[in-house]
Amino acid sequence: MSMQTLYQDLIIEHFKRPIGAGLREPFDVEVRHVNPTCGDELTLRVHLEGDKVADVSYDALGCSISVAASSVMADVVTGGTVSEAMQRYEDVRAMLQDRTGQPDPDKLGDAVAFAGVAKFPARVKCALLGWAAMRDALVQALDRTGESA
Amino acid sequence: MIEEGRGYDVESVREDFPILTRRVADDRPLVYLDSANTSQKPQAVVDAMSEHLLRHNANVARAVHQLGAEATQAFEDARADVARFIGASRPEEVIFTKNASEALNLVARVVGEPSDYSVGRGDEVVVTEMEHHSNLVPWQMLCRRVGTRLRWFGLTEEGRLDTAVGDIINELTKVVSLTYVSNALGTVNPVERIARRAHEVGALVVVDASQAVPQMPVNVSTLGADLVAFTGHKMCGPTGIGVLWGRYDLLAELPPFLGGGEMIETVTMQGSTYAPPPHRFEAGTPPIAEAVGLGAAVRYLERLGMENVAAHERRITAYALEALQQVPGLKIMGPSEMVDRGGAVSFTLDGVHPHDVAQVLDSLGIAVRAGHHCAKPVHQRFGIQASARMSPYLYTTTGEIDSLVKGLDHVQAFFGTSGGAR
Ligand SMILES: Cc1ncc(COP(=O)(O)O)c(C=O)c1O
Repeated sequence: MSMQTLYQDLIIEHFKRPIGAGLREPFDVEVRHVNPTCGDELTLRVHLEGDKVADVSYDALGCSISVAASSVMADVVTGGTVSEAMQRYEDVRAMLQDRTGQPDPDKLGDAVAFAGVAKFPARVKCALLGWAAMRDALVQALDRTGESA
Repeated sequence: MIEEGRGYDVESVREDFPILTRRVADDRPLVYLDSANTSQKPQAVVDAMSEHLLRHNANVARAVHQLGAEATQAFEDARADVARFIGASRPEEVIFTKNASEALNLVARVVGEPSDYSVGRGDEVVVTEMEHHSNLVPWQMLCRRVGTRLRWFGLTEEGRLDTAVGDIINELTKVVSLTYVSNALGTVNPVERIARRAHEVGALVVVDASQAVPQMPVNVSTLGADLVAFTGHKMCGPTGIGVLWGRYDLLAELPPFLGGGEMIETVTMQGSTYAPPPHRFEAGTPPIAEAVGLGAAVRYLERLGMENVAAHERRITAYALEALQQVPGLKIMGPSEMVDRGGAVSFTLDGVHPHDVAQVLDSLGIAVRAGHHCAKPVHQRFGIQASARMSPYLYTTTGEIDSLVKGLDHVQAFFGTSGGAR
């Protein structure tokens, strides 16, 4: 299978210049996710203001796919609402795991570039690491503020 | 040092492995450099297994009919083949398990039970920082269960055991468990020397020989170990079968592992007594066809000659070490010289994550492993998260190493890092 299917230019671009990288204050929740088969590690913080995702900051140690996915995730969800972020997680998960539906560039932004990853099952975990961490952090942040997720 | 040995013709050996003729990745020849993960299988092994399943299949040790006798004979013949192959003093010293992990778990479990060898609170268990998780986690579990302290030998920069620290093995040590050949670093450890020290303080010596038995002559009777674990699928055998070798008098003293059929002497509702080794440690229907396959695998290796296999491994590894060190930005994790070294070579490439290295190599038909190779502490020791690993075997050619090096050029060109224009 062609390497271009996997390594879209956009992915390489995000990998080389990740958006929102680095851990920042203030934050409400910090989570650490790992990819146990390959050792990729991600520390991620979220900061909410009301129901807005005010900031997502992260420190990603991993392959191009996982770093680029975290970059795209931060870009897509920052500034939106919590429920939008949760929905984007579900959209990306479905695109990668269920391979259902046409990814919608209006909603998913650069995340559509990851559609080809679904053809490389070993890399799906890499592409989901950042998204899963973000979702986990939001769930914890909501729990903390006493609302239900 | 590179020894030529009497050697064998690699090209004709390759003919024994049909998978090596496969074409992958848009019709490129397969370059399989992931043999430390699992080796490929010669036709003879597959034939032995299918012959067994199609013509002699029955359960072992419990059927009076002819097929039952044939199956039992085949299973016990395989045990004898393995015993001869590793220099065991009798076949009853060979316990069949599911894999090396189960063999090591078996040991770590039974030494926590009451016996002359039992490990408890206040005792110490010693491992090394280069263990595969299979020879680390079971000991951590034992230590948590019985309140024993886990200690370990650290590693030098070169990836050798740091044995300068004097008192790691001491009067409190009950078990020393270490790998013979590291799957991540390639290091061959001084097992005899460490075993001698461990025996001075009365500790049991357990050796994880999963990467040693496939690639060099191993004689368990002279190694100095009390127990040795290895796994069938890395030595031309099938998956689903591993081996625990133990000194017979020791095995005879150890309590059973799993309870069930075949491992008993007699059973009443009040209690049971246990069969002598090896059956005491083989509860339930064993992996029969897999044992037959492993028996065929060791006969295959004997025909090649383990001295020849080891000489080939040294020659290929020396060639690979030399060639890889010419690649700009490539760093080898572990010994970079062919001294006390096995075949696995782990490395990092500046600016490209090992996953990406492996992925692009895969698109060229070259199979290597990327990740921590089930040895995360080793990677932590060297301050890296993951590495790529190439591991040759008795069928690997220098041409395949050349393909790898060319592939790495391509990787660097693809990711726009240094060295691509060479
Ligand atoms: C050094 C070492 N020990 C133990 C194992 C575990 O073998 P298995 O997965 O067959 O139990 C391996 C291979 O994975 C290994 O390389």
